[in-house]
Amino acid sequence: MKEYSALALLRNAFSGNRDWKPAWRKPDPKPQYDVVIVGGGGHGLATAHYLASEHGITDVAVVEKGWLGGGNVGRNTTIIRSNYLLPANTGFYEHSMKLWETLSHELNYNVMFSQRGILNLAHTPGQADDYIRRGNAMRHDGIDAVWMNPAEIARKVPGLDVSAKARFPIVGGLMQPRAGTARHDAVAWGYARAADRRGVDMLENCEVTGFLRDGDRIVGVTTTRGEIRAKKVAVAVAGSTGRVMKLAGIDRLPIESHVLQAFVSESLKPAIDTVVTFGGGHLYVSQSDKGGLVFGGDIDGYNSYAQRGNLPVVEEVMSEMAALFPGWAGVRLLRSWGGIMDMSMDGSPIITAGPLPGLYLNTGWCYGGFKATPASGWCFAWTIARDEPHPLNAAFTLERFHRGAVIDEKGQGATPRLH
Amino acid sequence: MLITCPCCGPRDVAEFTYQGDASRSRPDPASTDQAAWNAYVYDRVNTAGAHREYWQHSGGCRSHLVVLRSTLTHRIDSVRFARDEADGARRRSGSPA
Ligand SMILES: Cc1cc2nc3c(=O)[nH]c(=O)nc-3n(C[C@H](O)[C@H](O)[C@H](O)COP(=O)(O)OP(=O)(O)OC[C@H]3O[C@@H](n4cnc5c(N)ncnc54)[C@H](O)[C@@H]3O)c2cc1C
Ligand SMILES: [Zn+2]
Repeated sequence: MKEYSALALLRNAFSGNRDWKPAWRKPDPKPQYDVVIVGGGGHGLATAHYLASEHGITDVAVVEKGWLGGGNVGRNTTIIRSNYLLPANTGFYEHSMKLWETLSHELNYNVMFSQRGILNLAHTPGQADDYIRRGNAMRHDGIDAVWMNPAEIARKVPGLDVSAKARFPIVGGLMQPRAGTARHDAVAWGYARAADRRGVDMLENCEVTGFLRDGDRIVGVTTTRGEIRAKKVAVAVAGSTGRVMKLAGIDRLPIESHVLQAFVSESLKPAIDTVVTFGGGHLYVSQSDKGGLVFGGDIDGYNSYAQRGNLPVVEEVMSEMAALFPGWAGVRLLRSWGGIMDMSMDGSPIITAGPLPGLYLNTGWCYGGFKATPASGWCFAWTIARDEPHPLNAAFTLERFHRGAVIDEKGQGATPRLH
Repeated sequence: MLITCPCCGPRDVAEFTYQGDASRSRPDPASTDQAAWNAYVYDRVNTAGAHREYWQHSGGCRSHLVVLRSTLTHRIDSVRFARDEADGARRRSGSPA
């Protein structure tokens, strides 16, 4: 499957780059598939790839209402980490991290995975205790975590206000060195191309408008490009989960859709070579290869499907940034945008067979579904292929909310604003 | 986004605290129906379109409000005091105030 290499680059340069094959075909929908995946975001595309590569299921279509990668997979701040506390999350996200570490090779597509580390800053002794406890849980599970004191932090992140006079003084920070960032579009395109080469059909501009049923069982979808029958229908539509599942008659889920904004500044010379998060509020920032600071904060906080946010959050995020990096206060903002996120009521995802026969559901990614992309696709493919969860996603059920088995990292209780 | 508080007039959304879907109804506090409580705490309709929702003017007159807002466009169609909505609901269902 190796099409991209230094040699291929050279050869195609000499022929004026006219001979590259498109990354994926544009087939017409077939009347029937073994599996139809609804949603051509990172998770849907990764699911298609792993169905084909791990389970030999290649009679698959990915049905996407817009273009591949136009949803949250192309709108996020690309942070990848596995620094969780609870066993269900640490196991799952560390599996994802391991898949990231070999992903460019597996897909023969450079996803620009950059293990530049993530530093969670702590600003109170209580927060430091909490982070150290999380770091210990990670190390216990064989995941890398390092506690850094303010002097080490000052050396690692120049420009950070580590003085005792800072509005939120920094008492230390939890670093996961293997964390980092990746090129979001490349992740979508790389999975799409790899799945396409194994025979998966990418059906773009094809919106699911309803489900075909045989009694209780889901046996296909109706779309803007006609009816498509399928033995199994797998839904991975992130922020659109509520709308799509209503078409299947599921009118209540432990999910709310909310808008999260992201921001990019003008290009700067290299300023930070790691991802930094602010514990005094909610801010995460890294610097892209082009030099822009890529950052974000909290969701706007009210139910939304509008893919754009409001100014109070912009102001809050900017003020947090200025508090943490006073020297950046004069940096100009270049772009901002919003994405609609599937906020689950305990901050953890759902990857499950059901809730109807023939239907499979992947949702509840909150702030952090990009880093989950490989493991989410891997576990969802397993669940679809075998009709039972892999141990890594066995806890991510829909019933857990009604059984008191929620996976709530901070023990905060039911609220659609966790991560 | 501006919310026109019936007491204070049009104010920036930053003055308000969002309190979620106003169409949910809490089971009777004495109820021991586990399924009903679970559904109340965790399950959401997650409406795409006209959404009745609670806001409090916490940075102003502190009134609790019921706002009718489209989750697709953020357009606000009505803002009323929550107590008036509650009185109306009680009258409609015929239960004592
Ligand atoms: C601003 C922002 C910043 C973020 N930052 C991070 C981060 O730093 N790290 C991290 O790990 N995560 C982050 N996330 C979260 C992450 O982006 C998402 O959790 C993840 O991308 C969701 O999975 P997905 O890629 O499959 O979703 P999407 O890319 O949204 O895919 C869902 C697809 O379903 C399609 N669809 C919807 N309805 C239909 C229909 N009826 N028929 C057919 N197709 C349909 C949509 O068009 C869309 O393409 C961020 C999200 C946002 C919005
Ligand atoms: Zn008021």
